[in-house]
Amino acid sequence: MNPRIQFFRIGVASCGVAAGAEEVRSRLEAAASVPVIGVGCIGHCYAEPLVEAVLDDGSSVFYANVKSDEKQIANLLELGDEHRFSIPEARKSKELIKVLALAGKVDPVDFDDYVRHGGYEGLKNALAMKPEEVVGEVKISGLRGRGGGGFPTGNKWGFLAAKKVPEKVIVCNADEGDPGAFMDRALMESVPHQVLEGMLIAAWATGATKLFIYCRAEYPMAIKHVSAAIEQIYAHKLNVFPDRTVEIIIKAGAGAFVCGEETALIASLEGLRGQPRFRPPFPTDSGYKGLPTMINNVETFGNVPLILREGGAAFASVGTEGSKGTKIFALAGDLKYPGLAEVPMGTTLREIVFDIGGADPAKVKAVQTGGPSGGCIPAELFDTPVDYDSLRTLGAIMGSGGMIVVGTDRCMVETARYFLDFTHRESCGKCTFCRVGTTRMFEILERITAGNGTEEDLALLEELGPKVKAGSLCGLGQTAPNPVLATLRFYRKEYEEHVREHRCRALQCNAFVDLFLDQSKCVKCKLCIKTCPVGAVGQDFTIDNTKCTRCNSCADVCPKKAISRVAKGTK
Amino acid sequence: MEGSFDYLKTLPDEPGNLIRGLQLIQSREGYVSDDAVRAAGAYFHRTPVEVEGVLTFYTQFKRVKPGRFKIAVCDGTACHIKGSPLIQEWVRQAIGIGPGETDAEGRFSVESVACLGCCSLAPVMSINGRVYGKLDRRELNRILKEYKEK
Repeated sequence: MNPRIQFFRIGVASCGVAAGAEEVRSRLEAAASVPVIGVGCIGHCYAEPLVEAVLDDGSSVFYANVKSDEKQIANLLELGDEHRFSIPEARKSKELIKVLALAGKVDPVDFDDYVRHGGYEGLKNALAMKPEEVVGEVKISGLRGRGGGGFPTGNKWGFLAAKKVPEKVIVCNADEGDPGAFMDRALMESVPHQVLEGMLIAAWATGATKLFIYCRAEYPMAIKHVSAAIEQIYAHKLNVFPDRTVEIIIKAGAGAFVCGEETALIASLEGLRGQPRFRPPFPTDSGYKGLPTMINNVETFGNVPLILREGGAAFASVGTEGSKGTKIFALAGDLKYPGLAEVPMGTTLREIVFDIGGADPAKVKAVQTGGPSGGCIPAELFDTPVDYDSLRTLGAIMGSGGMIVVGTDRCMVETARYFLDFTHRESCGKCTFCRVGTTRMFEILERITAGNGTEEDLALLEELGPKVKAGSLCGLGQTAPNPVLATLRFYRKEYEEHVREHRCRALQCNAFVDLFLDQSKCVKCKLCIKTCPVGAVGQDFTIDNTKCTRCNSCADVCPKKAISRVAKGTK
Repeated sequence: MEGSFDYLKTLPDEPGNLIRGLQLIQSREGYVSDDAVRAAGAYFHRTPVEVEGVLTFYTQFKRVKPGRFKIAVCDGTACHIKGSPLIQEWVRQAIGIGPGETDAEGRFSVESVACLGCCSLAPVMSINGRVYGKLDRRELNRILKEYKEK
């Protein structure tokens, strides 16, 4: 007898919903006689909406890019062959899914489902141990902070545990601010209980009494799922320890990149402007309202239940000498399979970008790690293993795990300008070097991309960069020049072309580009004429480049791809 | 306290709750008006200038009344690389306003946001929280036309 469908799982995290998963879910629910369970993200964002049919023999059939029309729903119900999905082989062999193992498997807001899959076993084990033994176990695991800094987590826990005061605070930093990173969102949306279990274990180990989750307001689903999970924890009294009751509070951030910095985050929690302050005193000495406060990142907490389940030594068996365990990366940009990937520490960039991301080696120029605080790493250096220390030697950082693949048709000067545009606006304004320095650096990059740059501008960028780094109090200013310095280091040629030859080889900077209509491909459909907002396309199908704003609308609507960007002045 | 902001009383009046209070106001009113600044200050024991300082620090808060349809064009790294500046330009062409503006009829308002967290669908925008991904010119115009007719 053929296996029958036991139930369906459908990914309804933010990416899935944006791709239309809710419509598919309601159509499927109406048509199916078996349960349809909404789950989190399995990391294959390019395949959303993703439906998994779980069969009664325990196996599963996946369907990708499912649409909500009748034909496709019928195809799902009869286990048809259309839209079947399997994980690309090259990717499967490189991944090691541990932290994300339950993402996409359990209903995020179903407490029992999480427990059935081994949830809260780590907490149970921890409660059977003495707090200092738990801290010891985390030290043995070699876990380092996943938010970017890479500080040994066990040591941080030890600092807080050593404080002998009745009230202590733990904060989960879920203010995932660097554009291009979405690991923390996926964890909170898909397995909120796992993050909270990690926090409860930390609370037991360190004697904390109050737990905060400081989450970006831009993540409404994460806030909803974590809030629901907190209520379930209260209902099951998991926050009640033998000697005390722990309070768990979720707070929504209000949109400030700098609040990823510890002391700025604490100021924001206190309802103030999120400006960092001088350290020492370190938060573990004096943090939220003067209480000893420890801040860990979402993914760090997501790792903790595994350590307590399998033991610190087993956890440390994966990874490199200085970086243990796995790391989740958010892959985006110019590649075939954007999404989340979890790999052992020490996996090379080549494996992540090409084998997992499916990027075309001929079309990749660089990868940007660590968002606006990181640096770009050129394709020639892709054999670099990804761990905290190797990346730092290249002027990049691990950051929280955002990885943007930059294609050969992107301009590196423009990329640097983009990052400085972000950081100069996000600078809180406290330190002069950061406030004024990043603004000046941004203006210089604007000048260069607009065609008005000079040789002196390049020298000035190189002079300003290290000064901004040295003169800033917090991580924002200390890393803001990185994208500029890294691109200057690896792609100086492109900068020089902009200032000396007035040329942008990627044809991205508008100042150095004309639009050209190839008459031999044109079918005279007039779509370009109708679309052009400034009337730059004449009735004779030529483009008047003195009127054209290079908005690319014509090129985008042209059905024959007859319009292209060319170097300025090309005849 | 002015009657219309009575709902602030659902929060404890400690100063640390100011941001939550402002978020509550914005979710109810759509923006934070001058009256709201005074009301929040009075309730959370802060001066109006302190409230203003917090408001202007965080990008989430709006001091101008937004339109009925709030368009947020993502300009995160992935979207930027995939052409979000063009999306903004095209939105401007279609409805005549840019980031931070509300149109005269109060129908649309536009903002540029750091990251909606849907990088794999780049370029994306959201309208009243609903996310639209893999935008191109045609898709964008189709979506905007749909909202114009609402």
